[in-house]
Amino acid sequence: MPRLDLETPDMDAAAVAASPSRRVRFPAPHIPQLSPKARLVLVAALVVVAAACYLFLFIRGSFAFSIDRRLTMLGAMTIAAFTQGLGTVVFHTVTNNRILTPAVMGFDSLYTLMQTLMVFFFGGAALAQTEGIPKLLTQTALMVVFATILYRWLFSGRFGSLFVLLLVGVVFGMAFESLSTFVQRLLDPTDYDLLATRLFGRMSNVEAGYLPIAAAICVVVGVLLWRRRHRLDTLLLGRETATNLGVSYTRELTTMLVVIALLVALSTALVGPMTFFGFIVAILSYQFAGTHRHAYVLPMAFLLGMLTLVAGQFLLQHVVGSSGMLSVVIEFVGGILFIALLLRKGKL
Amino acid sequence: MITITDVTKSYGDETVLGPVTGQIAKGGVTSLVGPNGAGKSTLMTIIGRLLEPSEGSVTVGGLDVQAAKSRDLAQMMSILRQENHITARLTVRELVAFGRFPHSQGRLTDEDHRHVDLALDFLGLGPLAERFLDQLSGGQRQRAFVAMVLAQDTEYVLLDEPLNNLDMKHAVLMMRRLRDAADELGKTIVIIVHDINVAAAYSDRIIAMRDGTIAYSGTAAEIMRSDILSEVFDTPIEVHELAGRPIAVFDPMAQSVTHDAVRTDEESAVASV
Ligand SMILES: Nc1ncnc2c1ncn2[C@@H]1O[C@H](COP(=O)(O)OP(=O)(O)OP(=O)(O)O)[C@@H](O)[C@H]1O
Ligand SMILES: [Mg+2]
Repeated sequence: MPRLDLETPDMDAAAVAASPSRRVRFPAPHIPQLSPKARLVLVAALVVVAAACYLFLFIRGSFAFSIDRRLTMLGAMTIAAFTQGLGTVVFHTVTNNRILTPAVMGFDSLYTLMQTLMVFFFGGAALAQTEGIPKLLTQTALMVVFATILYRWLFSGRFGSLFVLLLVGVVFGMAFESLSTFVQRLLDPTDYDLLATRLFGRMSNVEAGYLPIAAAICVVVGVLLWRRRHRLDTLLLGRETATNLGVSYTRELTTMLVVIALLVALSTALVGPMTFFGFIVAILSYQFAGTHRHAYVLPMAFLLGMLTLVAGQFLLQHVVGSSGMLSVVIEFVGGILFIALLLRKGKL
Repeated sequence: MITITDVTKSYGDETVLGPVTGQIAKGGVTSLVGPNGAGKSTLMTIIGRLLEPSEGSVTVGGLDVQAAKSRDLAQMMSILRQENHITARLTVRELVAFGRFPHSQGRLTDEDHRHVDLALDFLGLGPLAERFLDQLSGGQRQRAFVAMVLAQDTEYVLLDEPLNNLDMKHAVLMMRRLRDAADELGKTIVIIVHDINVAAAYSDRIIAMRDGTIAYSGTAAEIMRSDILSEVFDTPIEVHELAGRPIAVFDPMAQSVTHDAVRTDEESAVASV
């Protein structure tokens, strides 16, 4: 076959630089020798080491008590890594960008607002009576319905530019938050107390009873995403090309928004709002997965989320000596990364 | 066969397309030509069900494109848009492999790999197969996208300006490949091209659009006339016989009939600066 392409590398580079369709990309650390599978195994091994260190090192006092506490916290971190990591990657894929995240678009503020309104209209007593898993499920279902309707409308293509979307998302988030604060002022103190304990989940004092059901939901979502991994891959090509390949874009968007709302609700209910954690994890997993394929990127996001949380918690607790700081540190680093990427790309 | 029935497209109050009614017969190469903004891409994306018409309907091979299952359509018709952006970082081979999705749903079989290799070879992308798309020149990237659509191996192939960014050699090669696909594999190929001479040399039918409607349609010989082309493109065009083919030639000093005033304004502005 005749060689058709004899351009020198220089000419190629010039052509690429001149092409208007070229996107500025994050620099990929080049470790081309490692296959995507090997990378997953490597990170998984690191997670296991980190988890073992976290569980068994520096135990003071009762072994059983410490392990029990740490296991609960490890469970919470697992759920947080899964929900935030996968939720953000899937959100990036269906909305075809890598900057906006569910949290930035106000998903968790919406959750807070709905919780607040529920207490406002039905009272703290109702909240206390319907305690437990049915309530958690009802709340989650409500959140999912509202978020899906709202964000489907937002992403149905009426806001041409991502910048406008970002703005709308931030404004929505702020509006939801202010409204929540306002309604919370109107609550009587007992109701407010009840609400506050519900709302501000913390990773360090997670309700252990919720972990099994949360894990079950994660498994269901995981199976669903795994079965759709190839379809998610096609969505990376954008709405039109995915449609050309026979993927019903609107249906995928709706399904994935339901999944994302579910994951965010779960995460917020369990460990409280986290704005930039999912963002960091998603961006890192694109770099480290070594492929665009969701079969690798999704597990990588989960594992990197675990690694960040477990290793971070371990270091903070035993090296720095301030165990409650983890989410603050993550939000701080994540926020800086978010702004840095925004500035560097100059566009979304 | 592609049938277009009373199709219109409006944005707000402005109707940019139609009403258009017509048919594109099965088999052969059909070229859509016309000036910028004539509605070529709009018509093609409506046929390819990427855009919903404001009114009217389109059927391709008997399937209503708005009603039929997306997957069934994808196995019969493929479309490449004028502009293509991708967020992810893909190699050429990975992109082309996506063309097999309608058949394999992502799990590539040997048959799929054969089609991918064939499409890569077809467009001379073999040596570039493992390169990332952002490491290609504009023309190379364009060929990669066309290869993806060809790997889809559909009866109907719609291409919006596939010759974009291609040099003369690759443009000729691609047109010959498309011609072969129509002649040897019986595919129905619809392309949008700006070079009227390329359209005339390779297509069985030419559809000339203007102001959102079909102004003329017919064989290359019927359309390659000075009066028709001058009217459609709103600029003086002569047609000469060269090497046995009709060749359209523009007048280097021509000023468009309707844009005269604007042009002279601009020129005088430039002159006065
Ligand atoms: N989203 C939109 N909103 C409003 N007007 C639009 C939109 N998309 C296209 N148009 C208008 O529709 C008309 C037809 O556009 P179309 O893209 O079909 O032209 P075209 O024939 O493909 O032109 P070109 O040769 O430049 O590609 C143009 O006047 C364009 O401005
Ligand atoms: Mg066009």
